[in-house]
Amino acid sequence: MRELSLHILDIAENGIVAGGNCIWIEVDEARKKDQFKIRVRDNGSGIPMEKLENIDNPFITSRATRSFGLGLSLLSAAAKRCDGALRIDTQSGKGTEVEAIFRYHHIDRAPLGDMAATITTLIIGNPEIDFIYSHRTDDKDFSLDTRQIRAEMEKLSRSDPGSLQRLSETIRSSLKTLTTNESMS
Amino acid sequence: MAKLTVEDLKKIKEKTIKQTSLRDGSAHIKITVHMGTCGIAAGAREVMSALMEEMAEADRQDIQVIASGCIGKCNTEPNVTIEQHGSEPIVYQHMDPDKIRRIFKQHVLRGEVQTDFVLAKM
Repeated sequence: MRELSLHILDIAENGIVAGGNCIWIEVDEARKKDQFKIRVRDNGSGIPMEKLENIDNPFITSRATRSFGLGLSLLSAAAKRCDGALRIDTQSGKGTEVEAIFRYHHIDRAPLGDMAATITTLIIGNPEIDFIYSHRTDDKDFSLDTRQIRAEMEKLSRSDPGSLQRLSETIRSSLKTLTTNESMS
Repeated sequence: MAKLTVEDLKKIKEKTIKQTSLRDGSAHIKITVHMGTCGIAAGAREVMSALMEEMAEADRQDIQVIASGCIGKCNTEPNVTIEQHGSEPIVYQHMDPDKIRRIFKQHVLRGEVQTDFVLAKM
C-alpha cells in the first residue's frame, strides 16, 4: 500500500465485513513525540483466537475470512518496518480495535495520503454504516461523525452524490488546515 | 397555521419519490466497487472517487454505488460490477479513473457494454 490512508480503508472494510455497523477511525500525528498512531475500531463479531495468533502470517487466512488475513499482516509489517507495532484488541461478539504505531519521522513510513478520499469512499460505499473519524496533529484536531450528519442535516441524502462530493471537499480542506498550521509551527 | 400550497405538495412529492426509491432499494442500476485488500492496493479508492464525481454530474437518483469485498479475481483488480435491471451483471477488470468514467458514461448512462474492459458476464 502506497499510503497509510489505504491501510485505514482496508481495516475499516474488515470491520464492516465482520458485521459492524459503526466504525471509529482515529489518526494521531504527534510530531513532537515522533509518533504516528492509527486506530480503527468496529463493533463487529471480533477475530477468533486462532486467527489472531497468526495475524502476521498472510497465508493463514481462509477464503471465508480472508479480510482478517492479508490486510492486517501488511499493516503489521508496515508498522514494524518503522520501529512501530501493531496491537489488536478483540472480543468475540463485541468488536475489534486495531492500533498501528509508527515512528513519525522514520524514512520508511508511508505518507498518510488522501484521507478525505478514504472517508468518502467508506461513506458512499456503505450507506448503512456510521463512521466516526477524528484526526489530531500536535495542537489541532478535526472530527466527523456521520451520526450527527444524519441527525442534523436532514436535507443531506447520503446517497446524493453531489452532497458527498461537497463533504469530501470539506474534509480535504479541513485536513489541509491541520497540516499547514503544523508545518508553520 | 400556515396554508399548504400546491408548490408545497409538489416539493413533498419530489422528496418522497427520491427517498423511497433509495429506501426500498429499487435503484435501477447498481454499481459495485470491489474493495478487498487486493482491490484497494490496486486503486479501487481512486475508482470510487471518479465514480462519485460522475454521479454528481449525472445527478441520477436511480443509480446506486456500493462497496463490497473481493470476488476472488485479485489479479484483475480493481474490479467493478454493473447490474442493470433486466440484464446480466457485467464485471469489469483493471479499472482506473479514466476507464470507469468511460464505463459510467457509455454503459451506465447509455446501456452500451464496453466489451474491451469486460472480465465476465455473470
